[in-house]
Amino acid sequence: MSAQLLGLHQPGTTLLHRLPAGAKLVALMAASLVVVVVDGPPSAVVFVAVATALLAWSGARLGLTLRAMRWLLLTAAILGAWTVWQNGWPRAVEVVGDLVALILLATTLTVTTPVDEVMDAVARGLRPLRRVGVDPEAVALAFSLMLRAIPTTITLAEESRDAAVARGLERSPRALLIPFVVRVVARARDTGDALHARGIGD
Amino acid sequence: MSGIRLEQVTVSVPTHDGDRRILEETSLELTERRIALVGPNGSGKSTLARLLNGLVPATTGRVLVDGLDVAREGREVRRRVGFMFTDPAAQLVMPTAREDVALSLRRTHPDKAERLAAADRVLADFGLGGFGDRSVHGLSGGEGQLLALAGVLATEPSVLVADEPTTLLDLGNSRRIGDLLLGLPQQLVLVTHDLELAARCDRVLLVRSGRVERDGDPADVIDHYRVTA
Repeated sequence: MSAQLLGLHQPGTTLLHRLPAGAKLVALMAASLVVVVVDGPPSAVVFVAVATALLAWSGARLGLTLRAMRWLLLTAAILGAWTVWQNGWPRAVEVVGDLVALILLATTLTVTTPVDEVMDAVARGLRPLRRVGVDPEAVALAFSLMLRAIPTTITLAEESRDAAVARGLERSPRALLIPFVVRVVARARDTGDALHARGIGD
Repeated sequence: MSGIRLEQVTVSVPTHDGDRRILEETSLELTERRIALVGPNGSGKSTLARLLNGLVPATTGRVLVDGLDVAREGREVRRRVGFMFTDPAAQLVMPTAREDVALSLRRTHPDKAERLAAADRVLADFGLGGFGDRSVHGLSGGEGQLLALAGVLATEPSVLVADEPTTLLDLGNSRRIGDLLLGLPQQLVLVTHDLELAARCDRVLLVRSGRVERDGDPADVIDHYRVTA
């Protein structure tokens, strides 16, 4: 996925935009469960078709979405090729179809729902767990940080790749992975400092 | 004006060869409205700045803001001391500009509608009125730093600590952010390599090799730094 797609709310007036965030989260969880539990290539194809229709209905810009999904499609293609080799075509269609459907559904949620609303819904849903020591606000914040971290991590991966290419080391996994991991850890520490400095979590 | 006091503060970090002192014993009283910290890279400027809201804990001694001990009353101190980082990408933690400012306002505006309206007002005040739904990821350096400043000042701190806020910016944005910072009503502690900006402050401290080497009138301190750099 690219930085433009995940973690970006696109305002709109569709029914999907107007539905409460809590309802959409529950629906996403339920749909994810169905996608994982129901076996078979035909169902995977149906899931992808439904998820694509929902994303199109959300008003997500087609060009941006396709451009943003090029790495996902490449990953899915590699995963698909591996699964064809190991388990044959039917299994590959099922695995790749389920994966693509889940990501399209999650993207539909982020496109139609401001993160602030998702945070409020998560915090509301977890409120009963306060009595067993769960801090709903902290969990909700972690959820939104996770969304924000996705495009940031992709950028760090691109920077690490560019640095490796600039030194003629584009074929060295070590020259790509080690700086990438170091960058991700450094960014995580910076984010922690930023949250601490803003008094969030006090 | 807020009062910041450092009493015999040192900072050490553990290394495989034992503890390494990165800030020698320092005692200061900072009461001026605009204070600049200048000095070479790795001299201890950022460590000194980070002490002021507890991002770096003092190894010995204590830091007081308006009489509040940063180590013991960190929560209260952080409500008074805002912190601005060099790289806005590290500071902007929510996906869109409105959500990031709203995150700062969660404590003061529990009602969501009021919070979002307040976030929009803050954005408009900083000339970011049309940026509410923009992804923080796609902002330019200047826009990102402006948004980071808006997010910090939304909580109305009495002190702003800014750690090299203009280092990553082009000349135009650097001037814009610098002018904005120096015009704030809050007390400002500014870590900077921009000596022109430092010269416009009321007091300048030169930090070198983990100690405050010179402290006082901006022109005198900056001249000394230029000659000895």
